[in-house]
Parts: sequence; C-alpha cells; structure tokens
Amino acid sequence: MNRKFVCWAAAFVLSAAIVGCSKSSNQSSSEGQSAAPAATKTVDMATAGSISGVVKLDGAPPKYKPINMSADPYCVKANPNPVFPDEVVTGDGGTLANVVVYVKSGAEGYSFPTPSTPVTFDQKGCMYTPHVVALMVGQELQVLNSDNTTHNIHPTPADNREWNKSQPPNAPAITDSFARPEVAIPVKCNVHPWMKGYFAVLANPLFSVTAKDGKFEIKGVPPGTYTVEAWQEKYGVLDQTVTVAASQAATSDFTFKAQ
Amino acid sequence: MREAGNPALHRFAVLTACCTFLLIIAGALVTSNQAGLSIPTWPFAYGSVFPPMVGGIRWEWSHRLAAGAVAILTAILAVYIWVRESRQWVRILGVIAFLLVVAQALLGRFTVKTFLDPPVSASHATLAELFFIVTVSLAVFTGKWWTGDVPQLHDEESPRLFTLALATSCVILVQIVLGAAFRHNAFGIIPHLIGAAVVVAMVFWTVLAVATRFRKVRDLRVAARYLEILLGLQILLGGAAYWAVLAARDAVQPTPLYVTITVAHVAVGALTFASSVFLTLRCYRILKPSHEAHTETSTERALS
Repeated sequence: MNRKFVCWAAAFVLSAAIVGCSKSSNQSSSEGQSAAPAATKTVDMATAGSISGVVKLDGAPPKYKPINMSADPYCVKANPNPVFPDEVVTGDGGTLANVVVYVKSGAEGYSFPTPSTPVTFDQKGCMYTPHVVALMVGQELQVLNSDNTTHNIHPTPADNREWNKSQPPNAPAITDSFARPEVAIPVKCNVHPWMKGYFAVLANPLFSVTAKDGKFEIKGVPPGTYTVEAWQEKYGVLDQTVTVAASQAATSDFTFKAQ
Repeated sequence: MREAGNPALHRFAVLTACCTFLLIIAGALVTSNQAGLSIPTWPFAYGSVFPPMVGGIRWEWSHRLAAGAVAILTAILAVYIWVRESRQWVRILGVIAFLLVVAQALLGRFTVKTFLDPPVSASHATLAELFFIVTVSLAVFTGKWWTGDVPQLHDEESPRLFTLALATSCVILVQIVLGAAFRHNAFGIIPHLIGAAVVVAMVFWTVLAVATRFRKVRDLRVAARYLEILLGLQILLGGAAYWAVLAARDAVQPTPLYVTITVAHVAVGALTFASSVFLTLRCYRILKPSHEAHTETSTERALS
C-alpha cells in the first residue's frame, strides 16, 4: 500500500504537470501573420472624398437591468442614478451608437501614416468612456483613470499581444499600441466585471465610430471602390460596396436587425 | 499489533484538510466572480500586502491569503509528521503534500501570467483537488481508526471492492478534470456530461457491491452512504449549475445565484471525490484477498 500510494500520488502530479505545460503553443501563433500587399501610393488630399451615413437598428433594443455596482462603494457613490450596460445604445429613430464603420478592403494599395494623436480611453464612474474606440495599427492608446478607485485594464485580443495592467487612482496614463488589425478587441476590468469595452484596431485611418445619433463620416478617402464594413458588438457586421468619386461625398447607411 | 495514533497530529491533519476545503471554495469564488485577473501581479497586489478590498480584488486577494495560510499549515504538518510519525510512507506523503502546495502556488502564479490560459487554469483547479485528497488521506492515515485494530475481511468476489472503489475514485478525478476544463473554457459541456454518466454508473456499482457483500460492515456502509448522498447532491447541483451558466451567458456581470450554484457544485464535487477516496482507503484497510486475509482481534467491533 505504502509504495502504491506514493506511486499514485507521483502519477497525479506528473499528469497535472503535463497538462499545465501543454499551454502557450497557440499564444505566439499569430506572430507570423501574412503582411498586407505592399502599399506604394499616397493619398492625394486634393482629390480625396468622404463616406458618410447613418447606422440604425431595425427593431426594439434589448432591455437591460441596471448594473449592480455594490462591489465597490466608490462606484455606487459615483453613480447616484441607475447605470445600464453600453452594449446596445440607441438614439431617436433607432439610431445606433458605438458602431465602428471602416474601409475593410480596396485601400490596400495606399500607404497611410500612423496618426500621431493618441486615442484616449477613460475609466470614469466605473464605466469606459468611450465604450468603443477605434485606432490604427501602431497608433498610441492612452488609458486614463479618472476614478478614485483601482481598475485593471485587460484587453483580450485574438491576434495581438494580450496584456493586463492595474491602474490605481491618480496613476499616470497607461500607453500602448497594437501591432495587427483586429476588429474588435474586447477589454475588461476584472475588478469591476460589468466594465466591458472594445478596441477596434484598423489597418488604415479610414474609419469612424458612431455617436448616439448614429452618424459617421470617414474623411480622406481616395477615389475608388471599397468594401465598407460596420461592426457592432452584439449584432456583428454588415458590409457594403461604396464608390467614392474624386472630391465627392459618398453616402452609405447601415441597418442592423434587432435579434 | 499496530502502534497507537497521535491524536494531536491527527487533529492538525484534519484542520489542514478542512482549511484546504475552504481554500477550494475561495478559489471557486474567484472563478465564478470572474476575478482571476483583478490583480495582475503575483504574489503581492502591485507591491502591496493590503490592497483595497473592492470588487474582484476581494475574491482574488482572499484566495491568495487563504492559500498562504494553507501552505504554512501544510509545511507545519509535513514537519510535524516527519518528527512524530514512525511510518516512513506517511512521512513521505507529508513531504508530497508540501511539494504539491508549492506546485499549486506556482501554478497559481502561472494562471495570472498566462491570463487564465484554459489548460493552465484547468490544471490549477485539478491540482487543488489532488492536494485536497492528499490532506484528507493524511487525516485518515494519522487517525485512530487507521492506526488501531480493524477487522480483516475476505473479499472473494471479482472485481474486488477495493479495485472498484479505486476505479470510481479515478473516474471521479477524470470527471473533475473535464469539469474544470469546461469551467475554464477549454472545451464544451459534452465530455463533462458523459463523465457524469460514467461516474453515476461507477458509484452505483460500488455502492451496490458494498450493500450486497458487506452490508453488516458499518465502516464500509457509512463511507458508501456518504458517497451516494454527495453524488446525488452533486448531480442536482450540476444540473442547476449548467442552467445558471446558460442563464448568465448574456449577463453583464456574475449574479449572486450563478456564483452560489457554481461554487456549491465545485465544493460538493471536491467532497464527492474525498468520500470516494475515503471509501477506497477503508476498503484497502479492511479487505484482503482471500489468500491474505486473516481475522484479527476486534472483528466484531466493526460489525453492527
């Protein structure tokens, strides 16, 4: 029995170690993603046009219960009125907020400089402001903490490097960037599990995020025909083909069906 | 004649096992509250021993403090056993318990550093159960029942009850791995459901064997009763937990009901595993193959 028992225990430990060590083969699998075709042309702003439109929801939006913030007294105090999730935010006439509209394909031949202005993502009242941010590959992201409580910022990408950093009150901004396009990277706070947002990382600067009025405008679009995609976290994506003439404004509206 | 047990050592082993069970509950609370990464640093909370106990930090930091306490208890137990115990294999098991708790702590660090990678998290959950079983075993081995005189009974049927109980314990362990893998998103529910059916069949077979072959042996009958009651409770909790998982799929945050049911499922799962191992150890202690068996002095004591 004595030897038998020790052998069993050793076998258990070995099995657990094997399972534990089987990780991480997929963590670096995205490192060698194929690069986009070589971009040679630059955008001539004199002939560039724009794409604008409105994103709407066809049907009734989901009804949400107020978020229970009792896990952190600061969050309760910071929100005297009920706070609802930002998953589906609609305006008058069913206009839809937090939709990323971007040129998905057709602009591969152009080279675009990475915007030098950082994108800010704030934690305010134990919610993310804005709920969805869009930025270009390599563009600096600044994460702020305007709250008097500790948050952790944890993006969970599929094709980019995952990170998780804590940010106490009055801590300096956390800066980072993403190396590959990815629409969209969920970001969450594990201290306050209701805090969920998204980073949409795009290959070019031809994108816009809708406000509550559902409106978007993508400027600086060179003449050509493009596939424009609208992404919404609950309802998925819609694609449209849009042609932009030189120095002209093209219009493209999107309507998501409520589930 | 066997040596007398050490009551103080036994009590300390029982204390360690009980604290380990509480630690499993603390770990389950971390997972159910989605708080596993609320403290990105390890072992301290961004350099502090006293982080603000709000939100997910409460669960994660409490788990780490409880783990530290259990590690200290286990270290003391290992030394205590080494000093006071004459059975070499028990001393080795005490050392194994300490090595397991250290390995479990390192695996806990690994879960934080790999952002809850499913295989790592599932391994952490599985190793927790194995460590718990070792502490329960140490409590059994240092107890008066194990060290005292017990009847030696024949088990002439095939498969032997000890073999059956051991197989049941192994099946439950596999089921725990499958459950941990489902809980940590390594794969879906189907393997865990198949595992549940196998566990039910094996437990039924084992309990039936106890009832038919050793109905009058109270030590086995009671252990089998624990096992069947806990399994019944666990099956009910399993159904409720799956319902809770489905109901919480679109929830913006973990609900108290979801947390309560899923944590209870983990806790009763650990107790079911422990009760199966307990029955296995009792079978080993009491039952001998017919060619080895001989009756010792206090056979009657075990018979009701």
